[in-house]
Amino acid sequence: MFDFATITHWVDELLRSFLPHATATLVECILIGLCLLLGYALIALVLIYAERKVCAFFQCRIGPNRVGPYGTIQSVADMIKMLTKELIDINHIDRFLFNLAPFVVIIASVLAFGCIPFAKGLHVIDFNVGIFFLIAVSSIGIVGILLAGWASNNKYSLIGAMRSGAQMISYELSIGLSILTVVVFTGSMQLSTIVEGQADGWLLFKGHIPACIAFIVYLIAGTAETNRGPFDLPEADSELTAGYHTEYSGMHFGFFYLAEYLNMFVVASVATTLFLGGWMPLHVPGWESFNQIMDYIPSIFWFFGKTGVVIFIIMWFKWTFPRLRIDQLLRLEWRYLLPLNLLNLFLMVIVVVFKLHF
Amino acid sequence: MNSSIARYFTSFFKGLFSLLTGMKVTLREFFTKKTTEQYPENRATLKMFDRFRGELVMPHDEQGNHKCIACGICEMNCPNGTIKITSEFVTDEAGKKKKVLVKYRYDLGSCMFCQLCVKMCPQDAIHFVPTFEHAVFTRDKLVKMLHDNKK
Repeated sequence: MFDFATITHWVDELLRSFLPHATATLVECILIGLCLLLGYALIALVLIYAERKVCAFFQCRIGPNRVGPYGTIQSVADMIKMLTKELIDINHIDRFLFNLAPFVVIIASVLAFGCIPFAKGLHVIDFNVGIFFLIAVSSIGIVGILLAGWASNNKYSLIGAMRSGAQMISYELSIGLSILTVVVFTGSMQLSTIVEGQADGWLLFKGHIPACIAFIVYLIAGTAETNRGPFDLPEADSELTAGYHTEYSGMHFGFFYLAEYLNMFVVASVATTLFLGGWMPLHVPGWESFNQIMDYIPSIFWFFGKTGVVIFIIMWFKWTFPRLRIDQLLRLEWRYLLPLNLLNLFLMVIVVVFKLHF
Repeated sequence: MNSSIARYFTSFFKGLFSLLTGMKVTLREFFTKKTTEQYPENRATLKMFDRFRGELVMPHDEQGNHKCIACGICEMNCPNGTIKITSEFVTDEAGKKKKVLVKYRYDLGSCMFCQLCVKMCPQDAIHFVPTFEHAVFTRDKLVKMLHDNKK
């Protein structure tokens, strides 16, 4: 299988051949940052288009179909519109925090985006507590949302931000516990080791019942974590106008919007990495020729294909279920998901200790 | 105590089942044929549904005869005064006096498409057709003469 590390090593050697060590490292950092931001923006555009199309199809419509073939350039046009819009200056707000908030949100989601192993050898940071780091940085976003709600000096925004805080802190538990279930199984927190460990079958098959339960719980909690779908009550348009980003305009609103979609991508790709083998092709132990054919498909396609499926499932949730009330939301987490998750963790420990897995 | 535990578990599985039912419904909807009409492009093939009330017409047969007996019930029933009927009495061969239609003036611009005229017509002489491109430049062009076969 093609290893992207050959390309990155080639770039590394090329830069070191004519630059001093420190400068080469700096240039590499800038290059990686540029690539990440470019990928970030591209994926956001694709996701916004996909969301509008999927939503339309669920509602028996066609969706965007005017700008470009099948409306594919629609989201680019929307982006240009968003970039040229005025940032409205609002009185009676905490100006510093108000302007800081969208950047906190977007930094959190870019940081989480940077941790993901996109393909074999295409992994920006890979260290022994990778998954721990990922959970940590992805929950910084809540600070930005709380800041946005507080600094807007608007009751709707504040209520939205507070709901968001309660929601995220609750569902962080479920995310953490379902990831812990995976860590118990793989015995590692390093993302590359987790992916390598699924070479002989994805975790969903290897870990059977506890892994499937953890996957479902992770999907539900991840949807809640990104303020999407049936759990979008922080921005509930019908009751809070737009929740924490009511007062934002132009590109500041755009940052929240981008971060929401990219968080969905991050959740889907973490689900892919942990449960569906990341960039690892579909391998069935014993079927050597089948495995070799699967290896011919580049790992980056495997990764994005699986992530696309998970994203479709998350969109499917959103366009099927009605929005929950805040008490229903918290009841779902504290009464159902959390006990289920703890039991599931216990089950996984039993499976691992008595070697009941494949 | 016992029943509350039972309710906890039954509500959990009932909820899960109903969520899956909902997802099944939306997935079926995802693959059904889309109902959007892309109007200006599909102008040639667009078919309006039959019950759409676009415009009042009075059908004529090949000889140019229509069923209207100029009773004026449609005119009386019209809430907006959209219909104006002009009639005259003619004497036929048997010497009987008969009311015949001279002019049937229908103003599309003031019609509210309530269909009372069509419902009340004793002869089924008029009905609505599903045409819908009625935009013209002056109001005079909205006034139609339904007794006239050609226009």
